[in-house]
Amino acid sequence: MKPSPFEYVRATSVADAVSTLASYGDRAKLLAGGQSLIPMMNFRMIAPEVLIDIANISDLAVIETGDREMRIGAGAKHCSVMASDSVRQHCPLLADAYSHVAYSTVRNRGTIGGNLCHHDPASEVPLVLALMGASLVLTGPSGTRTLPADTFFLGMMETAIAEDEILVRVDVPFQAKGEGWSFHEMSTRKGDYAIVCAGVRLQLKDGNFSHVRIGFNGAGTATKRMAQVEQALEGQPATDDTIAAAVKLAAELAEPSDDVQADVAYKRDLVRALGRRALVQARDRASN
Amino acid sequence: MKTSVELTINGKTYQGDVEPRTLLSDFLRHHAGLKGTHVGCEHGVCGACTVIIDGKTARSCLAFAIQCEGHPIETVESLGTQDDLSPLQQGFWEKHGLQCGYCTSGMLMLATELLRENPTPTRDEIREAISGNLCRCTGYQTIIDSIEHAVTIQAGTAREAAE
Repeated sequence: MKPSPFEYVRATSVADAVSTLASYGDRAKLLAGGQSLIPMMNFRMIAPEVLIDIANISDLAVIETGDREMRIGAGAKHCSVMASDSVRQHCPLLADAYSHVAYSTVRNRGTIGGNLCHHDPASEVPLVLALMGASLVLTGPSGTRTLPADTFFLGMMETAIAEDEILVRVDVPFQAKGEGWSFHEMSTRKGDYAIVCAGVRLQLKDGNFSHVRIGFNGAGTATKRMAQVEQALEGQPATDDTIAAAVKLAAELAEPSDDVQADVAYKRDLVRALGRRALVQARDRASN
Repeated sequence: MKTSVELTINGKTYQGDVEPRTLLSDFLRHHAGLKGTHVGCEHGVCGACTVIIDGKTARSCLAFAIQCEGHPIETVESLGTQDDLSPLQQGFWEKHGLQCGYCTSGMLMLATELLRENPTPTRDEIREAISGNLCRCTGYQTIIDSIEHAVTIQAGTAREAAE
């Protein structure tokens, strides 16, 4: 359980990190909090020849409140994002989901950027960013580009980041006034990898659901937002019956797989149950 | 390729010639001679290796020693001595917060962080604070009792000092 040998380099700025990464090419990986990278190295699942430590670049960890969005540096530690009053006020879905992310000690070192680029399918933050319509800012030798969350997240452990790029910032739009939201998760132990997560944002208009966003983790790799379920709720009366029908549909559309933690039938039922809890709580939080 | 690494641990400087891949947990135990930090799973899920880095708890199996240069570290050895136990150590002793002792140093460091941030935690807050660490012996209740007891001891000591 010891990692393979590697060379260690410390980057002093984003520009320094970009040029160092470019010079090493695919031999190097970036080291920020190390809370996802180092376990994989300890298992020898990966063996990078070079690690470029970006954890000491203070510019990368800044959390700023814009006029209509939170601008969160990729190097911001999970504990900082969680503790931010601004995040709790403007993006409460993100703040809520954070209570399910790993354990406090892991959140002390792990960074939001590292979590997003790692893209473990059980990770809460990618799901939340998809529901929030967030954008990710990447920088490389050829310049800076911005990708919407649903273009950035491709598949299990796979994102659209190029080999020579660094994620520098995540821009998360403020949630709407009067909006309801909810995040629910099932894991073996609180803080363990999620089996299924459900996230919801919605508004109420004259007693009907509007602007519905609903997504799941653990329900099959393709599903973050479930467009068909969103359409089934849009404009419908915000009743328990509407919710029951929608989550029944979500369970049918889900494509979970059997694994050592849970079988397909249980996961489908989690989609139904957690989806229901999330929709009910979001509806209760929303104001007409 | 070994390189010289200097770490500040419990206020002292420790130097070792180590490879970059040397985990902080191994540096602490084998190069600094501080065996109080224990190695459990080596992939960040058990918490036995918990120390404090830059004032916040961290899993020392998920850090390379070389990363920690310039980032002060505290280990369980800093809490007290046999003749002068800290309130937490006394609490664990009096309330049977350990059996085999393997998870104990990690639990003590979590409790240290908690009591620094929140000197009068509720039982639920204590439970939340230790929730990421595994114990195979105690069933956790006596660990929570021990931390509650440490709060009482600490409050008593503070009252005595004020009088």
